[in-house]
Amino acid sequence: MAQYMFLLYDSEDWYDNQTRAEWDQAMKLHGEFAAAVEKAGARVLGGEALERSSTASTVKQREGAEPMVTDGPFIETKEALGGFYLIEARDLDQALELAKLCPSGNVEVRPVMATSDEAAPPA
Amino acid sequence: MSEAVEVTRALDRAHRECWSTVLASVVRVTRDLDLAEDCTQDAFVQALRTWPDGIPGNPGGWLSTVARRLALDRLRRETNLRRKLPLLVEEPGEAELPADPLRLVFTCCHPALARDSQVALTLRLICGLTTREVAAVLLIGEATAAARITRAKKKIAAAAIPYRIPADRELPARLDVVLTVVHLVYTAGHVAAGPELTRTDLTGRAVELARLLVRLMPDEPEPQALLGLLLMTEARGNARVSADGELVLLADQDRSRWDPQLQAEGVSRATAALRRGQGRFALQAAVAGLHMTAPSWERTDWRQVVRMYDAMLVSWPTPIVELNRAAAHSLVPGADLTAVLTELDALADEPALAAYAYLPATRADVLTRLGRRDEAAAAYHQAIQLTANETERRFLTSRLNDL
Repeated sequence: MAQYMFLLYDSEDWYDNQTRAEWDQAMKLHGEFAAAVEKAGARVLGGEALERSSTASTVKQREGAEPMVTDGPFIETKEALGGFYLIEARDLDQALELAKLCPSGNVEVRPVMATSDEAAPPA
Repeated sequence: MSEAVEVTRALDRAHRECWSTVLASVVRVTRDLDLAEDCTQDAFVQALRTWPDGIPGNPGGWLSTVARRLALDRLRRETNLRRKLPLLVEEPGEAELPADPLRLVFTCCHPALARDSQVALTLRLICGLTTREVAAVLLIGEATAAARITRAKKKIAAAAIPYRIPADRELPARLDVVLTVVHLVYTAGHVAAGPELTRTDLTGRAVELARLLVRLMPDEPEPQALLGLLLMTEARGNARVSADGELVLLADQDRSRWDPQLQAEGVSRATAALRRGQGRFALQAAVAGLHMTAPSWERTDWRQVVRMYDAMLVSWPTPIVELNRAAAHSLVPGADLTAVLTELDALADEPALAAYAYLPATRADVLTRLGRRDEAAAAYHQAIQLTANETERRFLTSRLNDL
């Protein structure tokens, strides 16, 4: 099994005008997604929704100087990172099939790097 | 024939015909592309040493056995064997199909890899080309080719892109990319960059892969169509080059030199595919079929050819299809050549055609027929600068001199 981070990128307009019913509907979709993952024989290892990107702060490391703290996300885009899942799946094909079921407009699927002691250094 | 020559020939032949089979059989047990490539290479080196004592009856089998043994020895020596052991389990093989090369093709053409990488990786792993040769075929720098191949291999390993033929329900969605890449491999061999007009190692491998895909998916029309298209192109191979090695365009070919067997199989496969669908390879095969069955270039059913390109533009609106449509349009009896020229000029700003010699070559032809010689000459000059093929360059130069 391999591990993948699903990064959920969506427009944040959604937060501004949503009703209670819409919120409940979204949560229901996420519940269904988690069920679909388990049914496929894969696992949800973790996942959270994030506060909107306007609440983000970025700490930038600088050589020979104090780290700099700035307001906002590292990269400003139309779509913002709004949540994530950590998924264990058989291979990329299964991970992509599951990402298609994930209730988000854009899902970036990134393999998690093995960093245990016996793992080879990343090439 | 001396013994050394015999061994060299057997090795050359094995490299051409068995490289991807041997490589794929090692990938199946190791799931490690770099290791598999090294061991395949080493197996050929061992062959060079031992075959002078007797060439094995089944060179491909011999090479696979040696390469797999080398790979397992190396894995056993590695400290991380424990981590890799679970991967050594073989999946039950798909009955009768030589599944390994197909698995490798589907891995190289995985949709999670960039199109550029898919082609480079296929040429490297399935056709056994060196990085330098991949660069030459794709008209890119060697460093770029190396970077594309390395990046793709790393992603296959890091993201766990599986080494398998997709399940039946996934196949139709995955098929288009594979067909496109196989077609690109054929095209790369058909008009090779450099001194030779064709690279039969590439065209041959593409035909072989198309046949495998037909066997894998006998009910899908598009693999049939691609195979038909390639076979019809192969059928014209002899007539494509004159006795003194010059390129002969379809218009001027001696049709009696077309290979009747390849022609018959190509046309029948294309017809069967068209009966079941109008995918883009079916339509391309239909165009090839219209050429094959026409009594002469002049008596080709150009209206029907234009209709096929119109249908292609619906699902596949690319500048190259538009260019081909315009070229066919110019040949419809009584066509308005000034209107065709307007169509061609509209394509001038297409980035995809910026380095494509056929656009200025087609313009040059239309301009010649309109009697606008100076403009035709300028267009021929432009085409000559763009082509990377020597034979094509000589052909265009002779057209220029005929003005």
